[in-house]
Amino acid sequence: MQPADGKQEEAAQEVTTGFRGWLNHRTGLDSVLRSALDEPIPGGARLAYVFGSGLLFIFLSQIITGVFLALYYVPSADHAHTTVAYITKSVTAGSFLRGLHSYGASAMIVVLLLHLSQTYLYGAYKGRRELLWFSGCVLFALVLGMAFTGYLLPWDQKAYFATAVGTNAASEIPLFGESVRSMMRGGTDMGTLTISRFFVAHVFLIPACIFALVASHLFLFRKVGAAGPFTEDPLEPKQEAELFYPRQILMDLSLTALLIVGLGCLAFFVPVQLGPPANPADAQFIPRPEWYYLPIFQWLKYWHGAASVIGVLVIPTILALGVIALPFLDRSVERRPWKRPIATGAYAFVMLALVGLGVRSKYLDQHDPEVAQQLAKQDAEEAEYMRKPFEPELSSASLAAANVALADPLAAKGKAIFESQSCNACHGDGGVGTAAGPALIGVGAKFSTAQITELLRHPTAKMKAGGMPTPELSPDEMKALVAYVASLK
Amino acid sequence: MKIGADDAGNTPRWKFSTAQPFDEQRRSFLGALLALGSLCVGALLAVPLIRFALFPLLRLTTELKASPIGSLSEFSSLNEPVERTIQIEQVDGWRKAVSEKAVYITKNGQGQLRVLSSICPHLGCTVPWVSAKQEFICPCHGAVYAPDGSRISGPCLRGMDTLETVEQNGQLLVRFQYFRQLVADKEVIG
Ligand code: FES
Repeated sequence: MQPADGKQEEAAQEVTTGFRGWLNHRTGLDSVLRSALDEPIPGGARLAYVFGSGLLFIFLSQIITGVFLALYYVPSADHAHTTVAYITKSVTAGSFLRGLHSYGASAMIVVLLLHLSQTYLYGAYKGRRELLWFSGCVLFALVLGMAFTGYLLPWDQKAYFATAVGTNAASEIPLFGESVRSMMRGGTDMGTLTISRFFVAHVFLIPACIFALVASHLFLFRKVGAAGPFTEDPLEPKQEAELFYPRQILMDLSLTALLIVGLGCLAFFVPVQLGPPANPADAQFIPRPEWYYLPIFQWLKYWHGAASVIGVLVIPTILALGVIALPFLDRSVERRPWKRPIATGAYAFVMLALVGLGVRSKYLDQHDPEVAQQLAKQDAEEAEYMRKPFEPELSSASLAAANVALADPLAAKGKAIFESQSCNACHGDGGVGTAAGPALIGVGAKFSTAQITELLRHPTAKMKAGGMPTPELSPDEMKALVAYVASLK
Repeated sequence: MKIGADDAGNTPRWKFSTAQPFDEQRRSFLGALLALGSLCVGALLAVPLIRFALFPLLRLTTELKASPIGSLSEFSSLNEPVERTIQIEQVDGWRKAVSEKAVYITKNGQGQLRVLSSICPHLGCTVPWVSAKQEFICPCHGAVYAPDGSRISGPCLRGMDTLETVEQNGQLLVRFQYFRQLVADKEVIG
């Protein structure tokens, strides 16, 4: 607290003494803080303006939870599902953090829609705000990209099949659709390369773009200033301004508090599920996207064959271009929604269409007995999988040892000889190799059994130099040993 | 419509009332309160993150479980060492390795059961039991061990290694471990 003497007025402007004075002298922190907090809001603070900060908070939370999840996650088709199961079932607070991240993605979309709706209905894109609106549109697309790429990463049944459908939709684009799909998948089919691509996009590329665009979005916002209520002139604000701090920040923080409590409760009381690992051979599985992709999913169902170009490419492109170009198309300074019937009507139409499509999709699923039954079965399988305790993945070294048990009886006898003759002391269990001797896996592909027998009877000079003895075996035993060595894969 | 017709200055001039709703003193008091509040909430939210990150340190994530060998009654009337193959499971975070190891069940001088690792303490070959000679003879460099595993002769510096055993519901379980080679004293590795 500042001493209440005559110098207080000045001291509040800029602290010059003590640690804070020193820090301030070195960094200019006070003026940075001041310019951040003293943003003028024409017409005063309002609850309608809280969504932008809400988005920033969720983004921050997604980064933090995402970085922590990456402590255990491995982006490969072999391990992705195991590591997510490990996080969900074994690691302390793992299910909670994964829940925060997963529900956070949904919350991001909800708050983003609210932010967009507020900006649109308040006509806050008007008056020198073209680039601000444009950067917002790009951010919207990037957030949808984050949701799409992140959804695949757990590599469970629904993630796999939803992404198979999602990437397939891209191939409907004429001429280069197939290439786009192969680009996303890293090949014609989905596999471990698809995970790598989605992981890189989700963790490096898109977040980097989001950082850059959030920075420019904020910069442009501060440059042109808050638009204020819809009764305000978008170019030259006439209403009395109030500073961002303290009233608006308190309102923003209450949304943040609501988000913390809401997401925390959801993640804690409704743990996010993980289904059985992706099984590409499962022909029965019916893929359904997350709720925010349902309208698009339903929309794509209506377009087939030659007409699909219109549904997949033409209409979405027109819509996207229309949204991006909005500040150029609508140049009037009128901001009251009821005086802009076309803009308000278009908004209502698109929103109703999206909700209608989503509801329709749910309705169709529930009213087709076969689909409803299969979806219920999938849910049951997911719940079933969640109940099972975590099962660690068998590492490849032990698989090599286990595989031989399956081989023919001659090789099984050979395995016993391999061990009793201490071949495994140098060549490792199952011939995986050790520091003392080379791996024998794959020897059968390089040499014929006759050649292997010959090498065992008369080791080469190099083998002898490495300490390879000549085993004393009966012809039958030798045959078994060779059969075993040749079987090592 | 002409773009740029309104660019008389991109940043608007705002009107302020002279009476701000909060004076400087109340503003900085509120600021301190908010900073404190955010700090507390932040600390609270960090708890699950820290627990998540510390999980491998607080919980045993690399462990070696005791593997069953057989029922105790099976081994009560041993008159020479018998070989058994056990499966050992080593858990490493989210993966595990299963391997098979041969062990010998034998008796010491007092007639108590003991389990020997079949790995030669010299350089690690698998030591077979040679029934005809009633000795363990290592094929690699000829180390010879008595039926209870103690060293008789050869380049090794100690007898065969005994493994920790547990008796549970009439079952004999063993905890397999690796020991350093070429030293006189048994020393666990890994
Ligand atoms: S390894 Fe057994 S004697 Fe050398």
